[in-house]
Amino acid sequence: MTLLDIHEPGETPLPHAGEGTLAVGIDLGTTNSVVAIAREGKPAALHDEGGRALVPSVVAYPASGGVIVGDEARLLMAKEPRNVVASVKRLMGRGAADLHAVAGVLPYEIEAGTGQTDMVKLRIGGKPRSPVEISAEILRALRTRAEAALEKPVERAVITVPAYFDDAARTATRDAARVAGLEVLRLVNEPTAAALAYGLDKGSEGLYAVYDLGGGTFDFSLLRLEKGVFQVLATGGDTALGGDDFDRTIAERMLAERKKDGLGNAIDEAAVKTALALARQMKEQLSERDQTSGRLEIAGVPSFHALTRTEFDSMIAAYVARTLEIARHVLADAGMKADEIHGIVLVGGSTRVPLVRTEVAELAGKPPLVDIDPDEVVALGAALQAEALTGGSDTLLLDVTPLSLGLETMGGLVEKVVPRNTPIPVQLAQEFTTYQDGQSAMAIHVVQGEREMVDDCRSLARFELLGIPPMTAGAARIRVTFAVDADGLLTVSAEERTTGVQQRIEVKPSYGLSHDDMADMLYDSLENAEDDMARRLLAEAKVEAKRNLLAIDAALAKDGALLTAGERGELDAARARVGKAVEGTDRDEINAAAEALETLSKPFAEKRMDRGIREALSGLSVQDLEGRVGN
Amino acid sequence: MDHFARLGLPAALDLEPASLDKAYFALQRQWHPDRFVARPAEERAKASAEAAALNDAYRTLKYPLSRAIYLAQLKGVELPGDGKTIDDPELLMEVMDAREELHEATSVAEVDSLARFAREDLQKALAELPRLFLANDKPAIRKALLRLRYLDKFAEEARARRANIERGKV
Repeated sequence: MTLLDIHEPGETPLPHAGEGTLAVGIDLGTTNSVVAIAREGKPAALHDEGGRALVPSVVAYPASGGVIVGDEARLLMAKEPRNVVASVKRLMGRGAADLHAVAGVLPYEIEAGTGQTDMVKLRIGGKPRSPVEISAEILRALRTRAEAALEKPVERAVITVPAYFDDAARTATRDAARVAGLEVLRLVNEPTAAALAYGLDKGSEGLYAVYDLGGGTFDFSLLRLEKGVFQVLATGGDTALGGDDFDRTIAERMLAERKKDGLGNAIDEAAVKTALALARQMKEQLSERDQTSGRLEIAGVPSFHALTRTEFDSMIAAYVARTLEIARHVLADAGMKADEIHGIVLVGGSTRVPLVRTEVAELAGKPPLVDIDPDEVVALGAALQAEALTGGSDTLLLDVTPLSLGLETMGGLVEKVVPRNTPIPVQLAQEFTTYQDGQSAMAIHVVQGEREMVDDCRSLARFELLGIPPMTAGAARIRVTFAVDADGLLTVSAEERTTGVQQRIEVKPSYGLSHDDMADMLYDSLENAEDDMARRLLAEAKVEAKRNLLAIDAALAKDGALLTAGERGELDAARARVGKAVEGTDRDEINAAAEALETLSKPFAEKRMDRGIREALSGLSVQDLEGRVGN
Repeated sequence: MDHFARLGLPAALDLEPASLDKAYFALQRQWHPDRFVARPAEERAKASAEAAALNDAYRTLKYPLSRAIYLAQLKGVELPGDGKTIDDPELLMEVMDAREELHEATSVAEVDSLARFAREDLQKALAELPRLFLANDKPAIRKALLRLRYLDKFAEEARARRANIERGKV
């Protein structure tokens, strides 16, 4: 350790060098976590006494008391399964409704949250604990490791999150750091961090792609590197696609083979876990050799299974194809072609699978960059960013929003305010208006996702703008502003512009989405755009028709006396037809009914206009007229 | 301050992507919140607001169509909100016909060819804009921009259709 900092002439000393605390980079992963530090642009992962950089993201609350994180916690898994948690990252920011999906994946007793948030809790070691608390234990262990290695206090960190983490999960990650006594300098997207690690190392320029395939998630990002600027052009992914799927296909095949041989009757959850563990080993072996075999023992009955790389490749081909499809969509979003990619970076343990490497190479037309350990590269990039933020640097990181943010409008439609891949920080506003005469409140429903209908997007928050002064429908001007900060966190505010009634809310997510919905939401906007279009048109037709009904009703209430009984009867019938049509789903019928009503109501509208003119000319006051009509 | 002024660029239809990037990167170097992590809250808030405004300006001026729409609005051309009913009957017919053709396309090749025509149309219409702006012919600018907006949307719909065909959903 240096006792005295000596600077070359012209070099600026680090502004925080005197404070004695260091800023680290942390990759808080689903399976493993890594902490790293950068000095003078050179990042290094921090190792334990045994020389290991990876800390398994496993937390144990042993019966003997205390908390254990990492390898030792993993060893306790078999002995005290009820006291050990793994893969808690999957639950960050998740609500009760997400539970059924993870129930089979995570063998824990899960409770719906209570109080202010409805984030789930796990019953571990006899106590309900939130994913935030559990993640905080991992962060605390990483912090301790860093302090031991650096012999200095560590109080600040850059923490990475999947690009596709939504607002809820980002907030939860930030909260976990706070619980662990770490100030989060910045939440950085994992692919961006990986690019940072490669870019700074090599002084690269041009278009770079990051292909990040982890255990349970896939991210693909495109960045442009230019003279120290890292500009994210577009990003996309799937939160339910990863190496775990590869394991599952192998395990399913083995269990099917047992069944075929008449050994299949005793498959319970424990058996599935055993098969998955063996499948994982076999998968890893197939990265090194062309074939492998395994011995699976369930309920004391062994079976033997052989698997060649060719077989494995065809079993996972559909998953790999899906990642490439997402990659192509991201390229299209950025308006780029695959052959413009200058370099493609591989991140995540699952990119060790040979088929993944060959397919990625084929997409980019060049061999992927693999010279930084794919398990460490994200933490190394985070460490570089931590140094850049505290020490000052020429590097500039320009990231984007991964998912569109919008508001619910009439008919359950989504009006996008911040489209995906908008550079952050950003502040964008949109104006809305009232739907009914005298409307004094407006419900603001904030959603995240690519689909056109609210029900297909993730609900982030709801609040109500109150105190709108009475005005006719459409006269109020309600401006809703979305601000996304550099961490990707959202604040929404609403204001009625003619009177200045204002309300502001930090989005506290409502966590109400199931895992399946989440997976669907993330990258299916394109596949569903056509259906969405039809639904949008239907919803719009309904809104328009309902608006006309309201207008007709108001006019009839006021000037119904202008009509003969026959005219009134016809109009009422046409009205009823529209009323019935808007309850259904036949857009043509809605439009036809609305048109018929409009045609019929034309003479009525003309009569009203004529009278309006006559009355205006007659010089009577409005009150007089109102009074006369009322009688 | 309008987007052009914010980036120190002349308010013109024609804009070199490289000069836009250069101006944007230089200003972001100055204002990005990453540069203000250790500064007082007030300065951080100011930087964040400035960076957000820069991002909005950059995003708007980066794409030829959004740039043209923005410039037209600066010149006082009023366009209906995005997604509102098309009030030009000629364009309405064109849109309906094109949508129907797209809906009937069942192969990637058919969709690609429709998308190619739309893109060519888009380029042609974009190339027409400088002349209209020069003449300051507002009704013609409005008409051209509405059509461009539709063509842009059509290209996106074609992409969706293509993705569906590829995935066997059609």
